[in-house]
Amino acid sequence: MRALFFRDLRLALRAGGGFGLGIAFFLIVVVLVPFSVGAEVTLLSRIAPGVLWLGALLACLLSLDRLLAVDWEDGALDLLATSPLPLEGIVAVKAAAHWVTTGLPLVLAAPLFGILLNLPVGGYGTLVLSLGLGTPALSMIGAFGAALTVGIKRGGLLLSLLVLPLYVPTLIFGAEAARRAAQGLDAATPLMLLAGVSGAVLACMPFAAGAVLRVNLR
Amino acid sequence: MELTVTDLAVGRGGVPLLAGVSFALSPGRALVLRGPNGSGKTTLLRTVAGLQPAMAGDVAGADERIAYAAHADGLKAALTVVENLGFWAAVFGQSEIAPALAAFDLAGFTGRRAGQLSAGQKRRLGLARLMVTGRPIWVLDEPTVSLDTASVARFADAVRAHLAGGGMALMATHINLGIEADVLDVTGFQAQAATVAQGDEAFL
Repeated sequence: MRALFFRDLRLALRAGGGFGLGIAFFLIVVVLVPFSVGAEVTLLSRIAPGVLWLGALLACLLSLDRLLAVDWEDGALDLLATSPLPLEGIVAVKAAAHWVTTGLPLVLAAPLFGILLNLPVGGYGTLVLSLGLGTPALSMIGAFGAALTVGIKRGGLLLSLLVLPLYVPTLIFGAEAARRAAQGLDAATPLMLLAGVSGAVLACMPFAAGAVLRVNLR
Repeated sequence: MELTVTDLAVGRGGVPLLAGVSFALSPGRALVLRGPNGSGKTTLLRTVAGLQPAMAGDVAGADERIAYAAHADGLKAALTVVENLGFWAAVFGQSEIAPALAAFDLAGFTGRRAGQLSAGQKRRLGLARLMVTGRPIWVLDEPTVSLDTASVARFADAVRAHLAGGGMALMATHINLGIEADVLDVTGFQAQAATVAQGDEAFL
Protein backbone atom coordinates (compact mmCIF):
# COMPACT_ATOMS: atom_id res chain seq x y z
CA MET A 1 0.00 0.00 0.00
CA ARG A 2 2.68 2.45 1.05
CA ALA A 3 4.78 1.47 -1.96
CA LEU A 4 1.87 2.18 -4.28
CA PHE A 5 1.25 5.56 -2.65
CA PHE A 6 4.84 6.69 -2.98
CA ARG A 7 5.11 5.30 -6.50
CA ASP A 8 2.14 7.41 -7.56
CA LEU A 9 3.60 10.50 -5.89
CA ARG A 10 6.92 9.93 -7.61
CA LEU A 11 5.25 9.40 -10.97
CA ALA A 12 3.23 12.59 -10.56
CA LEU A 13 6.37 14.54 -9.72
CA ARG A 14 8.46 13.07 -12.52
CA ALA A 15 6.01 12.88 -15.35
CA GLY A 16 4.65 16.37 -14.64
CA GLY A 17 0.95 17.08 -14.76
CA GLY A 18 0.60 16.52 -11.03
CA PHE A 19 1.39 19.49 -8.86
CA GLY A 20 1.75 22.12 -11.56
CA LEU A 21 -1.10 21.54 -13.95
CA GLY A 22 -4.03 21.68 -11.52
CA ILE A 23 -2.76 24.85 -9.84
CA ALA A 24 -2.10 26.56 -13.18
CA PHE A 25 -5.62 25.70 -14.32
CA PHE A 26 -7.06 27.00 -11.03
CA LEU A 27 -5.09 30.24 -11.41
CA ILE A 28 -6.31 30.76 -14.98
CA VAL A 29 -9.96 30.22 -13.98
CA VAL A 30 -9.59 32.73 -11.15
CA VAL A 31 -7.89 35.27 -13.43
CA LEU A 32 -10.51 34.87 -16.15
CA VAL A 33 -13.43 35.62 -13.82
CA PRO A 34 -12.82 39.41 -13.53
CA PHE A 35 -12.51 39.54 -17.33
CA SER A 36 -15.90 37.93 -17.76
CA VAL A 37 -17.94 39.58 -14.97
CA GLY A 38 -16.13 42.93 -14.84
CA ALA A 39 -13.55 44.18 -12.36
CA GLU A 40 -16.05 45.62 -9.89
CA VAL A 41 -14.56 44.98 -6.45
CA THR A 42 -17.80 44.55 -4.48
CA LEU A 43 -19.19 42.07 -7.02
CA LEU A 44 -15.95 40.07 -7.01
CA SER A 45 -15.92 39.95 -3.22
CA ARG A 46 -19.42 38.59 -3.22
CA ILE A 47 -18.80 35.80 -5.75
CA ALA A 48 -15.22 34.99 -4.68
CA PRO A 49 -16.02 31.99 -2.40
CA GLY A 50 -18.16 30.34 -5.06
CA VAL A 51 -15.65 30.99 -7.84
CA LEU A 52 -12.78 29.64 -5.76
CA TRP A 53 -14.71 26.49 -4.94
CA LEU A 54 -15.78 25.93 -8.52
CA GLY A 55 -12.26 26.56 -9.79
CA ALA A 56 -10.80 24.08 -7.32
CA LEU A 57 -13.43 21.51 -8.25
CA LEU A 58 -12.72 21.81 -11.97
CA ALA A 59 -8.96 21.71 -11.41
CA CYS A 60 -9.47 18.53 -9.42
CA LEU A 61 -11.42 17.02 -12.29
CA LEU A 62 -8.68 17.77 -14.78
CA SER A 63 -6.30 14.94 -13.93
CA LEU A 64 -8.86 12.28 -12.99
CA ASP A 65 -8.93 10.54 -16.36
CA ARG A 66 -5.31 9.46 -15.88
CA LEU A 67 -5.89 8.18 -12.34
CA LEU A 68 -6.48 4.55 -13.33
CA ALA A 69 -6.25 4.70 -17.13
CA VAL A 70 -2.45 4.77 -17.17
CA ASP A 71 -2.20 1.67 -15.02
CA TRP A 72 -4.85 0.01 -17.15
CA GLU A 73 -3.01 0.73 -20.40
CA ASP A 74 0.40 -0.52 -19.32
CA GLY A 75 -1.03 -3.63 -17.66
CA ALA A 76 -0.08 -2.63 -14.12
CA LEU A 77 -3.71 -2.73 -13.00
CA ASP A 78 -4.00 -6.43 -13.97
CA LEU A 79 -0.80 -7.16 -12.10
CA LEU A 80 -1.96 -5.19 -9.06
CA ALA A 81 -5.26 -7.09 -9.13
CA THR A 82 -3.33 -10.37 -8.79
CA SER A 83 -1.19 -8.94 -5.97
CA PRO A 84 -1.94 -9.28 -2.25
CA LEU A 85 -3.46 -5.77 -2.18
CA PRO A 86 -7.28 -5.63 -2.23
CA LEU A 87 -8.72 -3.64 -5.13
CA GLU A 88 -10.59 -1.42 -2.66
CA GLY A 89 -7.27 -0.52 -1.05
CA ILE A 90 -5.63 0.09 -4.42
CA VAL A 91 -8.34 2.57 -5.43
CA ALA A 92 -8.30 4.31 -2.05
CA VAL A 93 -4.51 4.65 -2.09
CA LYS A 94 -4.54 5.99 -5.63
CA ALA A 95 -7.22 8.51 -4.65
CA ALA A 96 -5.10 9.56 -1.67
CA ALA A 97 -2.09 10.07 -3.92
CA HIS A 98 -4.28 12.06 -6.30
CA TRP A 99 -5.40 14.27 -3.44
CA VAL A 100 -1.83 14.92 -2.27
CA THR A 101 -0.67 15.83 -5.78
CA THR A 102 -3.79 17.77 -6.86
CA GLY A 103 -6.18 18.59 -4.02
CA LEU A 104 -3.67 19.60 -1.35
CA PRO A 105 -1.83 22.14 -3.56
CA LEU A 106 -5.21 23.64 -4.46
CA VAL A 107 -6.11 24.00 -0.78
CA LEU A 108 -2.78 25.68 -0.06
CA ALA A 109 -2.99 27.99 -3.08
CA ALA A 110 -6.62 29.01 -2.51
CA PRO A 111 -5.89 31.90 -0.03
CA LEU A 112 -3.42 33.36 -2.50
CA PHE A 113 -5.97 33.22 -5.28
CA GLY A 114 -8.55 34.66 -2.87
CA ILE A 115 -6.56 37.90 -2.86
CA LEU A 116 -6.96 38.10 -6.64
CA LEU A 117 -10.75 38.03 -6.20
CA ASN A 118 -10.78 40.41 -3.23
CA LEU A 119 -12.13 37.74 -0.87
CA PRO A 120 -13.21 39.45 2.40
CA VAL A 121 -10.65 39.11 5.21
CA GLY A 122 -12.87 36.95 7.41
CA GLY A 123 -13.30 34.28 4.73
CA TYR A 124 -9.77 32.91 4.34
CA GLY A 125 -9.66 30.49 7.25
CA THR A 126 -13.00 28.90 6.47
CA LEU A 127 -12.20 28.75 2.76
CA VAL A 128 -9.07 26.72 3.45
CA LEU A 129 -10.87 24.59 6.02
CA SER A 130 -13.81 23.86 3.70
CA LEU A 131 -11.51 23.01 0.78
CA GLY A 132 -9.41 20.84 3.09
CA LEU A 133 -12.52 18.94 4.15
CA GLY A 134 -14.06 18.75 0.68
CA THR A 135 -11.24 18.00 -1.75
CA PRO A 136 -10.47 14.50 -0.37
CA ALA A 137 -14.07 13.59 -1.21
CA LEU A 138 -13.60 15.05 -4.71
CA SER A 139 -10.57 12.80 -5.27
CA MET A 140 -12.35 9.72 -3.93
CA ILE A 141 -15.50 10.30 -6.01
CA GLY A 142 -13.21 10.91 -8.97
CA ALA A 143 -11.48 7.59 -8.36
CA PHE A 144 -14.88 5.89 -8.43
CA GLY A 145 -15.61 7.60 -11.76
CA ALA A 146 -12.21 6.56 -13.06
CA ALA A 147 -12.95 2.96 -12.07
CA LEU A 148 -16.26 3.13 -13.95
CA THR A 149 -14.65 4.36 -17.17
CA VAL A 150 -11.35 2.49 -16.96
CA GLY A 151 -11.77 0.26 -20.00
CA ILE A 152 -13.14 2.96 -22.27
CA LYS A 153 -10.94 4.69 -24.81
CA ARG A 154 -11.19 8.48 -24.45
CA GLY A 155 -13.37 8.01 -21.38
CA GLY A 156 -12.36 11.43 -20.02
CA LEU A 157 -15.51 13.26 -21.08
CA LEU A 158 -17.77 10.46 -19.89
CA LEU A 159 -15.88 10.50 -16.61
CA SER A 160 -16.61 14.23 -16.20
CA LEU A 161 -20.29 13.71 -16.94
CA LEU A 162 -20.51 10.91 -14.39
CA VAL A 163 -18.51 12.60 -11.68
CA LEU A 164 -19.78 16.20 -11.79
CA PRO A 165 -23.32 15.41 -10.54
CA LEU A 166 -21.78 13.45 -7.67
CA TYR A 167 -19.74 16.54 -6.77
CA VAL A 168 -22.91 18.57 -6.12
CA PRO A 169 -23.35 17.94 -2.36
CA THR A 170 -19.68 18.66 -1.66
CA LEU A 171 -19.84 21.85 -3.72
CA ILE A 172 -23.07 23.07 -2.09
CA PHE A 173 -21.86 22.70 1.48
CA GLY A 174 -18.27 23.72 0.77
CA ALA A 175 -19.15 26.88 -1.12
CA GLU A 176 -21.90 27.71 1.37
CA ALA A 177 -19.46 27.50 4.30
CA ALA A 178 -16.95 29.72 2.50
CA ARG A 179 -19.67 32.21 1.53
CA ARG A 180 -21.07 32.46 5.04
CA ALA A 181 -17.65 33.02 6.54
CA ALA A 182 -16.87 35.69 3.92
CA GLN A 183 -20.06 37.53 4.90
CA GLY A 184 -19.23 37.27 8.56
CA LEU A 185 -21.93 34.68 9.32
CA ASP A 186 -21.57 31.48 11.29
CA ALA A 187 -20.30 28.69 8.98
CA ALA A 188 -20.36 25.79 11.45
CA THR A 189 -23.47 24.06 10.08
CA PRO A 190 -22.38 23.77 6.42
CA LEU A 191 -18.90 22.77 7.57
CA MET A 192 -20.31 19.95 9.66
CA LEU A 193 -22.51 18.80 6.80
CA LEU A 194 -19.50 18.98 4.46
CA ALA A 195 -17.48 16.86 6.87
CA GLY A 196 -20.37 14.39 6.99
CA VAL A 197 -20.52 14.15 3.20
CA SER A 198 -16.75 13.68 2.96
CA GLY A 199 -16.76 11.08 5.71
CA ALA A 200 -19.49 9.08 4.03
CA VAL A 201 -17.74 9.29 0.66
CA LEU A 202 -14.38 8.19 2.07
CA ALA A 203 -16.04 5.31 3.93
CA CYS A 204 -18.22 3.96 1.12
CA MET A 205 -16.65 4.90 -2.20
CA PRO A 206 -13.55 2.64 -2.02
CA PHE A 207 -15.85 -0.39 -1.88
CA ALA A 208 -18.01 0.84 -4.74
CA ALA A 209 -14.94 1.63 -6.80
CA GLY A 210 -13.35 -1.74 -5.99
CA ALA A 211 -16.49 -3.61 -7.04
CA VAL A 212 -16.74 -1.65 -10.28
CA LEU A 213 -13.07 -2.19 -11.03
CA ARG A 214 -13.44 -5.93 -10.50
CA VAL A 215 -16.16 -6.00 -13.16
CA ASN A 216 -14.21 -3.77 -15.56
CA LEU A 217 -11.07 -5.90 -15.38
CA ARG A 218 -12.80 -8.95 -16.82
CA MET B 1 -0.08 -27.86 -2.74
CA GLU B 2 -0.97 -28.45 -6.33
CA LEU B 3 -3.03 -26.32 -8.68
CA THR B 4 -6.14 -28.19 -9.75
CA VAL B 5 -8.42 -27.08 -12.55
CA THR B 6 -11.64 -29.06 -12.83
CA ASP B 7 -14.04 -28.98 -15.75
CA LEU B 8 -13.37 -25.29 -16.34
CA ALA B 9 -15.35 -23.31 -18.92
CA VAL B 10 -14.06 -19.89 -19.88
CA GLY B 11 -15.32 -17.17 -22.18
CA ARG B 12 -14.65 -13.62 -23.23
CA GLY B 13 -17.46 -11.06 -23.25
CA GLY B 14 -20.09 -13.75 -22.67
CA VAL B 15 -18.91 -15.84 -25.64
CA PRO B 16 -17.78 -19.29 -24.48
CA LEU B 17 -14.30 -20.18 -25.76
CA LEU B 18 -13.21 -23.30 -23.92
CA ALA B 19 -15.17 -25.86 -21.95
CA GLY B 20 -14.35 -28.91 -19.91
CA VAL B 21 -10.72 -28.00 -19.28
CA SER B 22 -9.20 -30.10 -16.51
CA PHE B 23 -5.60 -30.41 -15.43
CA ALA B 24 -3.48 -30.59 -12.32
CA LEU B 25 -0.12 -28.98 -11.78
CA SER B 26 2.07 -30.26 -8.97
CA PRO B 27 5.12 -28.53 -7.45
CA GLY B 28 8.16 -28.65 -9.71
CA ARG B 29 6.10 -29.17 -12.85
CA ALA B 30 5.35 -26.96 -15.85
CA LEU B 31 2.39 -27.06 -18.21
CA VAL B 32 2.51 -25.52 -21.67
CA LEU B 33 -0.71 -24.48 -23.37
CA ARG B 34 -0.79 -24.72 -27.14
CA GLY B 35 -3.36 -23.71 -29.68
CA PRO B 36 -3.85 -21.24 -32.54
CA ASN B 37 -4.46 -17.50 -32.05
CA GLY B 38 -7.87 -16.75 -30.60
CA SER B 39 -8.36 -20.27 -29.28
CA GLY B 40 -8.74 -19.03 -25.70
CA LYS B 41 -5.30 -19.50 -24.16
CA THR B 42 -5.15 -15.96 -22.76
CA THR B 43 -8.71 -16.18 -21.43
CA LEU B 44 -7.90 -19.48 -19.74
CA LEU B 45 -4.79 -18.00 -18.13
CA ARG B 46 -6.67 -14.88 -16.97
CA THR B 47 -9.37 -17.06 -15.46
CA VAL B 48 -6.84 -19.21 -13.62
CA ALA B 49 -5.14 -16.03 -12.37
CA GLY B 50 -8.50 -14.86 -11.00
CA LEU B 51 -8.77 -11.80 -13.26
CA GLN B 52 -12.07 -12.96 -14.65
CA PRO B 53 -14.70 -15.37 -13.36
CA ALA B 54 -15.07 -18.87 -14.74
CA MET B 55 -18.28 -19.64 -16.63
CA ALA B 56 -18.32 -23.07 -15.04
CA GLY B 57 -15.96 -25.36 -13.20
CA ASP B 58 -13.44 -24.78 -10.49
CA VAL B 59 -9.87 -23.59 -9.94
CA ALA B 60 -8.37 -24.81 -6.66
CA GLY B 61 -5.09 -23.85 -5.02
CA ALA B 62 -4.63 -20.55 -6.88
CA ASP B 63 -5.57 -18.02 -4.19
CA GLU B 64 -2.74 -15.59 -3.41
CA ARG B 65 -0.24 -17.96 -5.00
CA ILE B 66 -0.12 -16.74 -8.59
CA ALA B 67 2.34 -14.41 -10.28
CA TYR B 68 0.81 -13.34 -13.56
CA ALA B 69 2.68 -12.00 -16.58
CA ALA B 70 0.97 -11.09 -19.83
CA HIS B 71 1.73 -9.04 -22.93
CA ALA B 72 1.84 -5.77 -20.96
CA ASP B 73 4.64 -5.59 -18.43
CA GLY B 74 3.11 -2.93 -16.18
CA LEU B 75 6.31 -0.89 -16.21
CA LYS B 76 6.42 2.83 -15.53
CA ALA B 77 8.50 4.69 -18.10
CA ALA B 78 9.39 7.46 -15.64
CA LEU B 79 10.78 5.06 -13.02
CA THR B 80 14.18 3.40 -13.14
CA VAL B 81 14.73 -0.35 -13.46
CA VAL B 82 15.39 -0.66 -9.72
CA GLU B 83 12.39 1.49 -8.78
CA ASN B 84 10.06 -0.53 -10.99
CA LEU B 85 11.27 -3.84 -9.62
CA GLY B 86 11.48 -2.54 -6.05
CA PHE B 87 7.88 -1.38 -6.26
CA TRP B 88 6.61 -4.82 -7.21
CA ALA B 89 8.78 -6.44 -4.56
CA ALA B 90 7.26 -4.11 -1.95
CA VAL B 91 3.72 -4.80 -3.17
CA PHE B 92 4.30 -8.52 -2.72
CA GLY B 93 5.99 -8.02 0.64
CA GLN B 94 9.47 -8.98 -0.57
CA SER B 95 12.69 -7.00 -0.41
CA GLU B 96 15.33 -8.93 -2.38
CA ILE B 97 15.61 -7.81 -6.02
CA ALA B 98 19.30 -8.49 -6.76
CA PRO B 99 18.81 -12.17 -7.78
CA ALA B 100 16.08 -11.16 -10.23
CA LEU B 101 18.27 -8.45 -11.76
CA ALA B 102 21.13 -10.92 -12.13
CA ALA B 103 18.97 -13.71 -13.57
CA PHE B 104 17.70 -11.50 -16.36
CA ASP B 105 21.01 -9.69 -16.95
CA LEU B 106 19.64 -6.31 -15.91
CA ALA B 107 22.38 -5.39 -13.45
CA GLY B 108 24.06 -3.19 -16.08
CA PHE B 109 21.25 -0.62 -16.28
CA THR B 110 19.72 -0.48 -12.84
CA GLY B 111 19.64 3.34 -12.87
CA ARG B 112 18.16 3.67 -16.31
CA ARG B 113 14.52 4.65 -16.73
CA ALA B 114 12.24 1.95 -18.08
CA GLY B 115 11.16 4.29 -20.87
CA GLN B 116 14.70 4.22 -22.25
CA LEU B 117 14.96 0.44 -22.41
CA SER B 118 14.56 -1.54 -25.62
CA ALA B 119 11.51 -3.77 -26.10
CA GLY B 120 13.52 -6.86 -25.18
CA GLN B 121 15.01 -5.22 -22.10
CA LYS B 122 11.55 -4.13 -20.96
CA ARG B 123 10.33 -7.68 -21.41
CA ARG B 124 13.23 -8.99 -19.33
CA LEU B 125 12.37 -6.49 -16.61
CA GLY B 126 8.73 -7.58 -16.80
CA LEU B 127 9.76 -11.21 -16.35
CA ALA B 128 12.21 -10.36 -13.57
CA ARG B 129 9.13 -9.10 -11.71
CA LEU B 130 7.99 -12.74 -11.42
CA MET B 131 11.01 -13.55 -9.30
CA VAL B 132 10.41 -10.73 -6.81
CA THR B 133 6.80 -11.76 -6.16
CA GLY B 134 7.86 -14.82 -4.21
CA ARG B 135 4.76 -16.60 -5.52
CA PRO B 136 4.93 -20.33 -6.35
CA ILE B 137 2.75 -20.44 -9.48
CA TRP B 138 3.89 -18.48 -12.53
CA VAL B 139 1.12 -17.91 -15.05
CA LEU B 140 2.75 -16.71 -18.25
CA ASP B 141 1.14 -15.51 -21.45
CA GLU B 142 3.58 -15.57 -24.38
CA PRO B 143 6.55 -14.73 -22.14
CA THR B 144 9.16 -14.80 -24.90
CA VAL B 145 7.73 -12.04 -27.12
CA SER B 146 10.51 -9.65 -28.24
CA LEU B 147 13.23 -11.70 -26.52
CA ASP B 148 16.37 -12.69 -28.46
CA THR B 149 17.80 -16.21 -28.39
CA ALA B 150 20.16 -15.51 -25.48
CA SER B 151 17.38 -13.95 -23.43
CA VAL B 152 15.03 -16.85 -24.16
CA ALA B 153 17.71 -19.21 -22.83
CA ARG B 154 18.11 -16.99 -19.76
CA PHE B 155 14.35 -17.03 -19.22
CA ALA B 156 14.27 -20.82 -19.61
CA ASP B 157 17.00 -21.04 -16.95
CA ALA B 158 14.94 -18.86 -14.61
CA VAL B 159 11.88 -21.06 -15.11
CA ARG B 160 13.98 -24.19 -14.54
CA ALA B 161 15.39 -22.72 -11.32
CA HIS B 162 11.87 -21.79 -10.23
CA LEU B 163 10.64 -25.35 -10.87
CA ALA B 164 13.65 -26.84 -9.13
CA GLY B 165 12.73 -24.75 -6.08
CA GLY B 166 9.30 -26.35 -5.94
CA GLY B 167 7.55 -23.74 -8.06
CA MET B 168 5.05 -24.29 -10.83
CA ALA B 169 4.61 -22.72 -14.24
CA LEU B 170 1.59 -22.53 -16.49
CA MET B 171 2.37 -20.88 -19.79
CA ALA B 172 1.09 -20.26 -23.27
CA THR B 173 4.00 -20.24 -25.69
CA HIS B 174 4.69 -21.26 -29.26
CA ILE B 175 8.42 -21.80 -29.01
CA ASN B 176 10.18 -24.75 -27.45
CA LEU B 177 11.96 -23.54 -24.31
CA GLY B 178 13.73 -26.83 -23.72
CA ILE B 179 12.00 -27.21 -20.39
CA GLU B 180 10.59 -30.56 -19.44
CA ALA B 181 6.88 -29.80 -19.42
CA ASP B 182 3.48 -31.33 -20.03
CA VAL B 183 1.62 -30.00 -23.04
CA LEU B 184 -2.07 -29.20 -23.15
CA ASP B 185 -3.52 -28.48 -26.57
CA VAL B 186 -6.57 -26.27 -25.98
CA THR B 187 -8.06 -26.94 -29.42
CA GLY B 188 -9.51 -30.14 -27.97
CA PHE B 189 -11.58 -28.13 -25.47
CA GLN B 190 -13.03 -25.56 -27.82
CA ALA B 191 -16.58 -24.67 -26.82
CA GLN B 192 -18.90 -25.55 -29.65
CA ALA B 193 -20.02 -22.19 -31.03
CA ALA B 194 -21.54 -24.24 -33.87
CA THR B 195 -24.13 -25.82 -31.58
CA VAL B 196 -25.54 -22.37 -30.79
CA ALA B 197 -25.88 -21.63 -34.50
CA GLN B 198 -27.57 -24.98 -35.13
CA GLY B 199 -29.93 -24.36 -32.27
CA ASP B 200 -30.85 -21.01 -33.77
CA GLU B 201 -31.60 -22.64 -37.09
CA ALA B 202 -33.83 -25.22 -35.45
CA PHE B 203 -35.60 -22.42 -33.66
CA LEU B 204 -36.23 -20.60 -36.94
